[in-house]
Amino acid sequence: MKTRYTFGGDEHIFVEMDDEMSLEAFFKAIAISRAVQEAKIDGVTEILPANASFEVRFNPDIIHPDTMMAKLKELESAASNAEPRMQTRIIEIPVYYQDPWTHETVMRFRERHQDPSGTDLEYAARINGYDSVEAFIEAHHAQPWFVSMVGFVAGLPFLYQLVEREKQIEVPKYLRPRTDTPKLTVGYGGCFSCIYSVRGAGGYQMFGITPMPIFDPQQQVTYLKDFMVFFRPGDIVKFAPIDRAEYDRIVAAVEAGTYQPRIAEVTFDLDAFNADMRGTNARLMEALHGN
Amino acid sequence: MAIKVRKPGLSTSIQDLGRPGYFHLGIPEGGAMDRFALRAANMLLGNDEGAACLEAVFMGPELEFEADTWVAVTGATMPILLDGEPREGWTAFPVSKGQVLSFGFLKEGARIYIAFAGGIDTPMHLGSRSTYVIGALGGLDGRPIAAGDTLPIGTPGKVSERKLDRALLRPSQNPVELRVLPGLYWDRITEASQERFFAEDWTVAPEADRMGYRFRGGSPMEFVPREQPFGAGSDPSNIVDGCYSYGSIQVPGGTEPIVLHRDAVSGGGYFTIGAVISADMDLIGQLQPNTKVRFVKVDMETALDARKERKKRLQTIRDALTTA
Repeated sequence: MKTRYTFGGDEHIFVEMDDEMSLEAFFKAIAISRAVQEAKIDGVTEILPANASFEVRFNPDIIHPDTMMAKLKELESAASNAEPRMQTRIIEIPVYYQDPWTHETVMRFRERHQDPSGTDLEYAARINGYDSVEAFIEAHHAQPWFVSMVGFVAGLPFLYQLVEREKQIEVPKYLRPRTDTPKLTVGYGGCFSCIYSVRGAGGYQMFGITPMPIFDPQQQVTYLKDFMVFFRPGDIVKFAPIDRAEYDRIVAAVEAGTYQPRIAEVTFDLDAFNADMRGTNARLMEALHGN
Repeated sequence: MAIKVRKPGLSTSIQDLGRPGYFHLGIPEGGAMDRFALRAANMLLGNDEGAACLEAVFMGPELEFEADTWVAVTGATMPILLDGEPREGWTAFPVSKGQVLSFGFLKEGARIYIAFAGGIDTPMHLGSRSTYVIGALGGLDGRPIAAGDTLPIGTPGKVSERKLDRALLRPSQNPVELRVLPGLYWDRITEASQERFFAEDWTVAPEADRMGYRFRGGSPMEFVPREQPFGAGSDPSNIVDGCYSYGSIQVPGGTEPIVLHRDAVSGGGYFTIGAVISADMDLIGQLQPNTKVRFVKVDMETALDARKERKKRLQTIRDALTTA
């Protein structure tokens, strides 16, 4: 891993922990961005953690860009001694795979896809070496995911699966982006899954849909009353497959204000995870179902 | 006091100076594309400089006043009509109850700012009244204004006839020069491509909106060969998804550069070659499709000097309008 610092115009510094994705790069980015936050540097206006990088926005009228850069580099050495451990939460996200709404969209934009003769799921299963769509879907929800970035549009989480690199699913984005994606579509691009928080353009492959809103500007949804965005970087997600009846039941419960996502507080330790991935994941999932 | 929307124009939205602080969650700062013009419109009326105004792109709305008040229009050059009678831009003028404000065809620039004494008084969302359509946030129900809407207006301060000396404005250029600080993933393209980016003429593509401005006409870029890193995607223009910055220039597929603007997406998987300097962001907000543009390479000190100059120009205008 080699850290790279660069200016993005006169108001931003972009710091890339590594050019490839890994949990180590993500943890390092989170650790330094937290250190920057705690340092309360005069002139820093926003800190944006991302998958394997982070960005700092600053006001150059208050702090000279070179001074800002020097401060960030100082903080890197301090943060690299931080233990790769975090207090976080695990959340169960119900997913209706192969639902009719994303399927309709899949078919509508077929000519923009690498393989116009099949569906996104068939294509993703094949290029990742799965015998069937069902086996591929199983791989997508069996092990949990890290929210490694929140952004693109309002409250959209990027998710990185907690499995060995050789088991990571990888798919390209659409050849040309779609002009439409249903709200709450569960998508996939590169090595990341995502949940589209709002309806709109998109280039990720489409696998299913969740009935659980994750962004609500009106703040009507019970669990979004305090803040309109659900996800934070560092959240852990477990997808749970559901059928149409369960999907409809949850949609009705959200509308009635009775739906509460299943959430548990957990500690995630990267070293423990690397020593025993399946054991660590099993403990995370036990915590989810223990309360 | 309120104002009735008779016709909304093309895509007219309520904007102020935006909502900084939520970009790390994908909610952009937003606010006026041309911040300078919005500030000037408010100064003319003695409003708070960041009061909410209407931002109208390419075409003006038609508005009816429910009480006597004052109005100022700045930004693009577009004939201003009060009950069909011409009024001047960059000037505070009185309007009476029942009068109708409308606009002629756009002559120069892209966006006008219509300020009202007291400012538009819709509810604040995350500290701003700016409309962010993609997130259905701010403004009126998070959407552009529509016929039949009523715009609530705040309590005005002391207003008098004021006019801005246009000699104080930044002179217009042809071709427009956008100053760029190279950086970010600049080294992904070859030196020859780096040189061509600054040497060639570009024109504004039709895909130009509050999220970003696309440019075309220059040569496709050549990438420095590399094995794509894990998680980045197979196209040479792909990176592991990272955060974007306002003004940053991404080039999907290495063909058409896109400069992200006020309603920017906060991150994504395309490489970026640097950013337009903060002092030139307002200029982009006034570009029409097909406008010829040159990107000009600058260093950090030039960017900071340009920023100081912009600040100084604003202060000169502030002084001129408060002593007038």
